[in-house]
Amino acid sequence: MTVEELSEMQAQETERQQKLQNRLLCCTAAGCVSCGADRLRHALADAVAAQGRSAEVEVCGTGCMGLCSRGPLVLSAADRRLYGNLTPEDAPALASPNALDRQHLAACVIDLDGPFFARQHKIVLANSGRVDPEKLPDYIAAGGYQALAKALTEMTPRGVVEQIRESGLRGRGGAGYPTGLKWELVAKQPPAKKFVVCNADEGDPGAFMDRSVLEGDPHRVLEGMAIAGYAVGAQQGYIYVRGEYGLAIQRLQNAIKQAEREHLLGNRILETGFQFRIDLRMGAGAFVCGEETALIASIEGKRGQPRQRPPYPPESGLWNAPTLINNVETFANIAPIVVNGGAWFASIGTASSKGTKVFALAGKIANTGLVEVPMGVTLRTILFDIGGGIPGGTFKAAQTGGPSGGCIPEQFLDLPVDYESLIKIGSFMGSGGLIVMDDSSCMVDVARFFMEFCMDESCGKCIPCRTGTVQMHDILLRITKGEAGPEDLAMLQSYSTLLRETSLCGLGQGAPNPVMSTLKYFPQEYEAHIREHRCPAGRCQLTGRLEEATA
Amino acid sequence: MPIALPAAPLKDNREKLLERAMSRHQYSGDGLIEVLHTAQELYGFLSVPLLKTIAHKLRLPPSRVLGVASFYHFFSLKPKGEHTFVVCLGTACYVAGALGLVETLEHRCAKAGTTSPDGKVSVETARCIGSCGLAPAVICDGRVLARVAPHGLDEELERIGVE
Repeated sequence: MTVEELSEMQAQETERQQKLQNRLLCCTAAGCVSCGADRLRHALADAVAAQGRSAEVEVCGTGCMGLCSRGPLVLSAADRRLYGNLTPEDAPALASPNALDRQHLAACVIDLDGPFFARQHKIVLANSGRVDPEKLPDYIAAGGYQALAKALTEMTPRGVVEQIRESGLRGRGGAGYPTGLKWELVAKQPPAKKFVVCNADEGDPGAFMDRSVLEGDPHRVLEGMAIAGYAVGAQQGYIYVRGEYGLAIQRLQNAIKQAEREHLLGNRILETGFQFRIDLRMGAGAFVCGEETALIASIEGKRGQPRQRPPYPPESGLWNAPTLINNVETFANIAPIVVNGGAWFASIGTASSKGTKVFALAGKIANTGLVEVPMGVTLRTILFDIGGGIPGGTFKAAQTGGPSGGCIPEQFLDLPVDYESLIKIGSFMGSGGLIVMDDSSCMVDVARFFMEFCMDESCGKCIPCRTGTVQMHDILLRITKGEAGPEDLAMLQSYSTLLRETSLCGLGQGAPNPVMSTLKYFPQEYEAHIREHRCPAGRCQLTGRLEEATA
Repeated sequence: MPIALPAAPLKDNREKLLERAMSRHQYSGDGLIEVLHTAQELYGFLSVPLLKTIAHKLRLPPSRVLGVASFYHFFSLKPKGEHTFVVCLGTACYVAGALGLVETLEHRCAKAGTTSPDGKVSVETARCIGSCGLAPAVICDGRVLARVAPHGLDEELERIGVE
């Protein structure tokens, strides 16, 4: 395919879609599928066929529409109406050309101008819920691969890096390293074998943004990687994806095949001299592989254990070659930046954190699902306006950053969410999991839960992490059982400092964060367990004897 | 040192499929994890003879192959039951009461991480299956069950014939 043919395909597909009377877009992301979206989609296709309108009405699957709590969702494109909580029995009415047939579905209509949708700003998720992730022409009709075409034909590799730098984009995997700087580091290595790696080993419990992007818009990630390959001078890319994400793997494989067939990947991309291949590597369930050097070891077929840095991967990574590693969401931002320019992206967000961030809302919140907001909005906006608040409970804390993050108490609800402000209050942006807890959650138990996670996932290479997490978990467990004394709190503090300062990688360094943030903001809960021998949330079974504990 | 091959060589076409996976990676040790994925898919679990065969073919020390296979949670070194329940213990599921579901399964089938003595049911826990919007979630034989109520597993257990 040449650049002209790409534009031609875009025009043709757009025209075809406009000629249709209606398009019924069914969300087929993991959330909706488990509520029966597949059956609904088949029922819709059958209903359309039964009405003899297969030529005028198209039924297709899309990626995540965001409002997982109301699934399965269907968007009727012609009248721009979103329906939720549907069953296959609703299919004939939905497919019917007569609006009167849909009157009884009024309760299922979801207000697209309501705060859940209106307060969001979609860049990464712009296509999610609008294009069929299994059809390449659909992506192309939505402007797909135009960024790659622009980069290859109108820009120099240096120019691309410059745009990314100007955009102010920072790594969306959590740490927030400036993406442009990273690209520049790889680009300026002497020309030789280089690699581009997409980190799709989304391991934080409570995070499903990367999964949704891969399932909903796989070509966007491929396009971002190909642009990165052009910019830094790499010809081979790898996507390291969690083995548990079956649907994402399947859609990626399919997308890679389609792109190769149309010369959007592989040799002579868009009939230019640029070549770039992408292969999948499946993770096998090790949280530590989200750490870049452990991820590299895993791609090389070894145990996923991190190594000392420097050298950093941009100098010496995969098979000791310069390697660019970015997260899924980071790559998904690349195409819009190349098309619209770095300055456009830099105009969104706050002074130090540009663009948008996708959050996965879960826990005790009305609208669980996937949201994308500009950096700098307040937590209150995300949780109460977009998230719809806490059903039947009072807000206690929001957890961000997974096992390396912290719990944010109510007093910080009006804090603008960006990289710096979260670190300032002892939390961490992380990959974007946002779990809401109400007064039925015990903060000591939550800290214990995360410590157990880190203990299980510690790779065992460095001693502070390997044994420190076990010791800390033991203390937390004793607190929740009512067997701990006041001296244990001091011990927790000292272990926290030890782990943070001496562990080899981010897993061990970040492991104390949930403990430290709950100790800081909810000390009364620890005190209640230890001194009063009770769990304020009523969650822990304190079976230890009071005299023993305080003796 | 010569490596002993399994006494009873694996005969069906699974052997051929595994061979194909290895040749796709040019019998290079770099492809070990991919090969282990294929092997587990074909045989259900990774037995010691199977690991030895793979070590031999990829010209890797058996210790490295066992080291990798035992490092990753996804690989199972023991056979699985006829049916599998995976209870998600991610944060969202945890705060939604997933531990109670584990207790139910442990009470009625087998301890988490093990298989019932009759080989019927394996109970496992997962670190987050990325279905946080559906908490608490359980995967039963590959199907995701959403928002499972405390007694929500009774029906499934009945379906597969657990007393």
